[in-house]
Order: sequence, then structure tokens, then C-alpha cells
Amino acid sequence: MDFGRISRRHLLQGSAALALGSTLGIRGAAAAETTVGFIYVGSRDDYGYNQAHAQGAAAVKKLPGIKVVEEEKVAETDAVEKTIESMVNLDGATLLFPTSFGYYNPHVVKMASKFPKLHFEHCGGLWTDKDPKNAGSYFGYIDEAQYISGIIAGYSTKSGKLGFVAAKPIPQVLRNINAFTLGARLANPKATTQVIFTGDWSMPVKEAEATNSLIDQGVDVLTCHVDGPKTMVENAARRGAMVCGYHVNQSPLAPKAYLTGAEWNWEALYPKFVKMIVAGEAIPNFYRGGLKEEIVKVSPYGEMVSAEARKHADDVKAKFMSGEYTIFKGPIADNKGKTVIAGGTDRGQQDPELEKMDYLVEGVIGATA
Amino acid sequence: MADASLGLWTVPLAVFGGAIRVSTPFLFVSLGECITERSGRINLGLEGTLVMGAMSAYGISYLSGSPWLGVLAAGITGALFGALHAGICSLPRVNDIAVGIALMLLGTGLAFFLGKPLIEPTAARLPAIDFGWWSDIPQLRAALRINVLFLIGVAIAPLLYWAFRTTRWGLLIRTAGESADAARAMGHSVLLIRLRATMVGGFLAGIGGSFLSLFYPGSWNEGLSSGQGITAVALVIFARWDPMLCLWASLAFGGAAALGPALQSVGITSGYHLFNAAPYILTLAIMIITCSPKRTLTGAPAELSITR
Repeated sequence: MDFGRISRRHLLQGSAALALGSTLGIRGAAAAETTVGFIYVGSRDDYGYNQAHAQGAAAVKKLPGIKVVEEEKVAETDAVEKTIESMVNLDGATLLFPTSFGYYNPHVVKMASKFPKLHFEHCGGLWTDKDPKNAGSYFGYIDEAQYISGIIAGYSTKSGKLGFVAAKPIPQVLRNINAFTLGARLANPKATTQVIFTGDWSMPVKEAEATNSLIDQGVDVLTCHVDGPKTMVENAARRGAMVCGYHVNQSPLAPKAYLTGAEWNWEALYPKFVKMIVAGEAIPNFYRGGLKEEIVKVSPYGEMVSAEARKHADDVKAKFMSGEYTIFKGPIADNKGKTVIAGGTDRGQQDPELEKMDYLVEGVIGATA
Repeated sequence: MADASLGLWTVPLAVFGGAIRVSTPFLFVSLGECITERSGRINLGLEGTLVMGAMSAYGISYLSGSPWLGVLAAGITGALFGALHAGICSLPRVNDIAVGIALMLLGTGLAFFLGKPLIEPTAARLPAIDFGWWSDIPQLRAALRINVLFLIGVAIAPLLYWAFRTTRWGLLIRTAGESADAARAMGHSVLLIRLRATMVGGFLAGIGGSFLSLFYPGSWNEGLSSGQGITAVALVIFARWDPMLCLWASLAFGGAAALGPALQSVGITSGYHLFNAAPYILTLAIMIITCSPKRTLTGAPAELSITR
């Protein structure tokens, strides 16, 4: 048909124009400044995981001589490779932050091999010796901040019942639930944490139902580990319960209900990384830390947090800052009565055993499967 | 009550509360789709309409400070989407199911695009009426904080049932749905009837969306609908194109959605994925029980492209 031939010719013309455009684009962007690319899996202002990273990107933007390019809602598929290619080829990015866990393998690894001179910093802590040296993976021990939240929650609860709206029973989530509960039981040894798994990272109706069910059970302090804590925070506050936040500071959403929260501190880490790269220093491929390393932080306490709670939490925080505190210190039993960490064993922050966590500690009501 | 906990009683209470809280979007979308399908057309795009409605309601409520204006805006957006669907389907040899799928993608995509700046701000929400004032059980009071939209939806169902049976308009819609030739022979424009039916259906679906963003869960984000619009379209078939059955089916779906979290909260934790899937298992089960290879679905309008 005639139609086919015309469209093929147009296609050829079109792609020639595109190719020309992109070569010109590289020349244009290769100016004196360093370009840094940030890639997010969701929306940048979700009051959650992605907003935390975007705040880090905003801090990088303030550095002199740095240009930041961002792209949101990039799926954990080939899409991220295309985004990386376009950031590299069109914008001239030399340092990239693909911030979602599922970007790493195989996408970031593949891109890092393809562009060996560029730097890739992935959030998730997945780097192994076999991976390219220009691909790093960093992560934060946010369970330290959850532990502090737990202490505040333990002092603040009247019923002794705490609630945790969680997405999936994977090690990172279980570690947060356990740290929160251990912290709460430091303040109130009888406190329990009721956990509800919604099944996925973003399920607003389920999260709202979980919040309501927990409060119906007498829970009066809630926290969560889902991508966007906004639903839980707003619905809990409407029912008169108190909340501890997650990912970023959600106190603007519920100033009267917000006790404290476990936040990422990417706005401290990212400028540090960028400065290191610009100065020609190498960032360790496997970079991790907690409160002390300024990778995580605790939200400012709400007005209703008692002086006693503040003092206890601040004491523990000071010990984290000096690196002399261990959350998972034996003996610890799981909620079925089995000893999971023997007496005398300290599982410190960096202990790889903690990365395989598959239990809920004593005091948590719920099951991993 | 002195002890704030009700133990196992929270499960039926949560299912009851969930039926009221979660069912409203199902109810509006399914009633809207019921009108559209009775006129002989399927609008699969209501998922997109629902999400567009949620976004526009949140945006207008945020900008104007009036949630009711947001509800109206959601309805108008929905009606426009309905008009678009009906308009395209009026052209010769256009498949309404394909147009519906296209509009579903357009609606969700457009809503995500336009709704970007709305994720962060907090908009004025719809008020709730406290029907639990007589009770001193806080859980029951919370379950009985009911939104007016739910009551409107509950009122529309019998009204529609009555209108289909006894009014001229109801008869016209049914005629267009059962036999387009008969409607034409009576001197009516089938396309015009379907246009109006699809617009009214879109209007209701848009309002269903406004409930999501302005009442429960009560804020705009991109995961808000999680497929409720498309579930509601399926629910119409499940309810045999009967508005009253749509009401009961919506309530059942709402209650089923609350079952998973409620069981976990009382400590029944095994198989929560199964309980979370309860609404879908329910649909499948009833579809299997009621279907037969020997006849078309009872109650199905004869002009629908799935039965023709």
C-alpha cells in the first residue's frame, strides 16, 4: 500500500533528525559543571520514600557548579535503563542516583558496565564484589530511628497497645517492626505492637482499613512501613490516635497527633557524595550507616511528648551517636517463644544475620506468613 | 466501655464499618454503569473516570475550599468523559469496549499528570454525619460516622430500580438496550439515548471518585483507586444489571475489603493474602455458580456487545 511507503520514509527522516538532535544535545550539555541525575520510582512529593530522596536532590542543587536532572515514576524495568541513557547522552550526567531498590539488578549493573567512567549510586545496599566498581550501593539503618520512635511511643501510649501498618513481611520491614517494639518495651515492658500487612507498598484503601481496625482494637499509637504514610497518618489523626512517621517528617499533616518519626537524611548524605565525586575521591561501593553517620534521623518531638520520654530517647540517641549501642542484644525471643538471639550475643548494626531477619520479636502480635 | 477492646467482636464490626466506608465508590460506579449498560453500551472507561473524578474533586476542593464544589466538579468531569465515550461510539463500526479501554488509560494518565501538584497539599474533606451518638462504644461510633454521599448512593439504588420499571425514561433506556430497532421504530434516536445514559453513568462514577479523595481514604495519590472502578464494572454483571443488587453487591465488596485487615488485627494472621483476595474470590465463585453455556446471562440487555 501507498500508506506504508510514505510512513516508512517519514520514519527515516524523523530518526535522522532525532539522531542529529541528540549529538548536538551532548555538545550543548557538556559545559563546565557536573550534572547529577536522580531517578525516582514514584512521585516526588508523596510524603514518603520518594520525597525523602527528592529532598536530598534539592540539597545537591544548592551546591555551586552542580546541575541536577530528575525523573519521576520510572518503573523498575527497562524504563530505568532508558532514563539513564537519556540522562547520560542528552543531559551529560556523570553521577546517577537510581533510588529504587528494584533498579539495581540487572538494570544499574548493566548500565554501570556500559558506562564505566560514570558513577552510579544506588539506594538499597545490594552491591557485591562481582558488580562493576563504578556502581555503589548505599543504605541506612533506619531501625535505629524506629527504635527511638518506639521509646517515645512506649511512653505515650495509654492502652499499652501500639499498631504497625506494614507492606510486606520482608527483612527490612520486620527489622523496623522489631526495633520499634523493642524500643517501646524499654519504656513500657508490657507494651505490645499489633502488626497488619497490607500486601503491597501502596494500597491506600487497605492502609486506611488497617488503621481503623487497629484503632478499633484499642491501639492508640501507630506507625507504618509503606511507601506513602500520608493515608495512615491522616486517618489515625482523624480517629484521635497518635502517630510516629516514616520516611520523611509528616507532622504538617497532623501536627497534634505527630509524636516523632524515623526519617531518611539524604539531604545530608547526597551533598557529601557529590562533593567526594567532584573532588575525585572514591565512595566506598558498600556504604551504610545509621544515626551516627547521618543517613537517618529522628523527627523533632511533638509538643505532647513528655519530658521523661524525651530524656530517655535523647539518652539512647546519644549512645547511638557515639556508636556504643546495640538494639538486637541477646537474649531475644520471637513471638512464638523461640530464642532467636542467644544470651551474650550482640547483633550489631552491621551484622549480616540481621539482613536475613524472618521473625517477629516477643511483644509483636502478628505473623510473618 | 471501660476496656477499649472488643476482642473478636471487632471483626463483624469492621466488616460492617468497612461495608459503609469502602462500598461508596463501588456503589456509584456500578449504578452509573448499570444505567449505561441498560441502554445497550458498555463503558469500561469508568476506572479512568473514577480516577479523574478523584483528582478533580481534590483539586477543586483544595483551590476553592469547598468539598461540595469538588464533588460537583468530579461529576461534571465524569459526564464529559461519558460524553466522549458516547461520542466516539456514535461513529459507525466503533467497538465500545475498545474505546472504554482507551478512555480508562487516558483518564488515569491524565489524572496522574494533572494531579501531580495535588499529592502534597491537604484539601478540605467532606463532612461525616455522626449516627452513632446513642452509643458509648467508640468503635461503633467510628463505624457509624457516615458520609452523605453513601446515603445518596443508597437512595439512588431504589430510585433507579423504580425509574427503570415505571417511568418513560426508564422504558426508553431499556428499549434502547433491548432492541435498538424498536426504539428507532418508536421515533427515538438510540444514539442520543445512549449519549445521555453514558453521561449520567460518567457523572455518577466521577462522584464515586470524589468520595475516594475527599472522604475515605481521603487524600489524592496515584494508588488511590487500585482497580476499584474496573471491579465495579464487573460488579454490574455480577448484580445482573439490577440497581438493588448493585447496592447489595457493593456492600458485600466493601465488607470483604475490610475482612483481611480486621482478621489480622484480632490475631488471625495466617493466609492474609487469601483474605485480601476475598472480593475477587467472591466474584469468581458467583460467576461460576450462575453461568451456563446454554443461555445468555439472565437480565443482560440484548444490545450489549458481549451478549449480541
